[in-house]
Amino acid sequence: MRNVALILRRELASYFATPLAYVFILIFLVLANAFTFYVGGFYQRGQADLRPFFMFHPWLYLFLIPAVTMKLWAEERKSGSIELLMTLPVRPYEAVLGKFLAAWLFTALALVLTFPIWITVNYLGHPDNGVIFASYLGSLLLAGGFLAIGSCMSALTRNQVVAFILGVVACFVLLLAGYPMVLDAFRGWAPETLIEAVASLSLLTHFQSITRGVLEARDVLYFAMLIAFFLFTTTVAVDLRKAD
Amino acid sequence: MIRTDRLCKRYPAVTAVEDVTFEVRPGEVLGFLGPNGAGKTTTMRMLAGFLAPTSGRASICGHDVQSEPLAARQSLGYLPEGAPSYGEMRVGAFLEFIAELRRLPAGHKRARLEYVTERLQLETVLDQPIETLSKGFRRRVGLAQALLHDPPVLILDEPTDGLDPNQKHEVRSLIEEMAREKIIVISTHILEEVAAVCTRAIIIARGRIVADDTPLQLTSRSRYHNAVSLQLARSEQLEAARAAVAALPAVAAVEVSEREARVTALPRAGAMILQDIAALAAGQGLQLKELHLESGRLDEVFRTITA
Repeated sequence: MRNVALILRRELASYFATPLAYVFILIFLVLANAFTFYVGGFYQRGQADLRPFFMFHPWLYLFLIPAVTMKLWAEERKSGSIELLMTLPVRPYEAVLGKFLAAWLFTALALVLTFPIWITVNYLGHPDNGVIFASYLGSLLLAGGFLAIGSCMSALTRNQVVAFILGVVACFVLLLAGYPMVLDAFRGWAPETLIEAVASLSLLTHFQSITRGVLEARDVLYFAMLIAFFLFTTTVAVDLRKAD
Repeated sequence: MIRTDRLCKRYPAVTAVEDVTFEVRPGEVLGFLGPNGAGKTTTMRMLAGFLAPTSGRASICGHDVQSEPLAARQSLGYLPEGAPSYGEMRVGAFLEFIAELRRLPAGHKRARLEYVTERLQLETVLDQPIETLSKGFRRRVGLAQALLHDPPVLILDEPTDGLDPNQKHEVRSLIEEMAREKIIVISTHILEEVAAVCTRAIIIARGRIVADDTPLQLTSRSRYHNAVSLQLARSEQLEAARAAVAALPAVAAVEVSEREARVTALPRAGAMILQDIAALAAGQGLQLKELHLESGRLDEVFRTITA
């Protein structure tokens, strides 16, 4: 665990050593608020809740999260620093976990910085703060799922642009797994049970059920398993392909 | 001790390393020589546990690099090819990070950080991001990282690449100083470096070991071993000198450089021709600028073996 903490600290510092952190946080905050007020109709709805705010998170994350994760492993391989890291007394899973947690902590920070909108809605009316809290948690879990997927895609290539595109596509497919756009690709040839299984993987369905304010164990478990699965895959990919 | 046993690395298209077996004991400085692409870096990567061998095994201080990777890495300081590091980090923070991962106890850590900073002359750049440094400084940061935990085994892939002559000298004397109690493996294609710091040289070509000997023994394989070279003060005597030297029975061949007015006589196997040639020069009245006995040319041996 000490190695995980050391790697986490180094990674987090490296975000802030480059403009990446500031650009990401700024763009996230600007877009999140712009969508809420202009597209989501925050005022027009006349309701004191944050539905129009959280509803756009999956779409913001779809592009912003792969931008954070694309460098996680691709850059290490490109610069050769992976050879240094993997010959230090560090286990691959410790490095994978450290990098993932650093990225997650970083997105959590961006999410925390959206607090003015929470203050705003509490000033304007009497929202259900329980629902808002659950929604923040759901958004954080969704970000974690996307980060794990992105980290895996980054481990598959040494090219950051490829990692970004793979990340967006993989996140998009899992996000919409319950919708016709993805399911139609399976209809006609796959058995019904497989289609149902794919549909149940939909990130959006689980995210929306949390943002409705019901924090069910199965939704949380879903995200936990999704993250665990992709981090495991990342570890295998890093270990197998570190020297390519 | 480093031990490898029939180490092989095959890729679908090529065999990078084949049947590499050797042992290195404390006090030895092993120089890994070979043309580019011969398998030096691949072998070192397998020793460091970065690449898994296709077959065969390697151990560091008794720990198999595949089955006990962490124990093997604890005893090892490794400078990868090109001295990679985290470009955006400052030198001081980078070394601190490595020291933490190496679990150096607090007091010891300070002493070791001071030692490597001083020995590799990094004092002036501790607060600079690594990516802004010159190639020589980056290489020394990589060396500092490898030495930090004072490991019994050091594997350094091209430690002096990109250093200026003064820095090269500094790094070589550092290696010599550490050589007494450590096992050091370096790869290089600077042949003078092998003669300067290594107690033993392994030449590797097309993935196989083609020579394993002391630098002295390797140079003695040269055609120029015990050759005598004489430089004339007057170039008009060159032809006469060549003919006279070539006529000596113990001389196998003669090479002439007109630009330098130099005649080099290569002896027959085992023959010592210095006395004969000195006597001949005196007898013929040749005016000499220089007369010397060659010990052999490593570059020539290298070309012959790896060609």
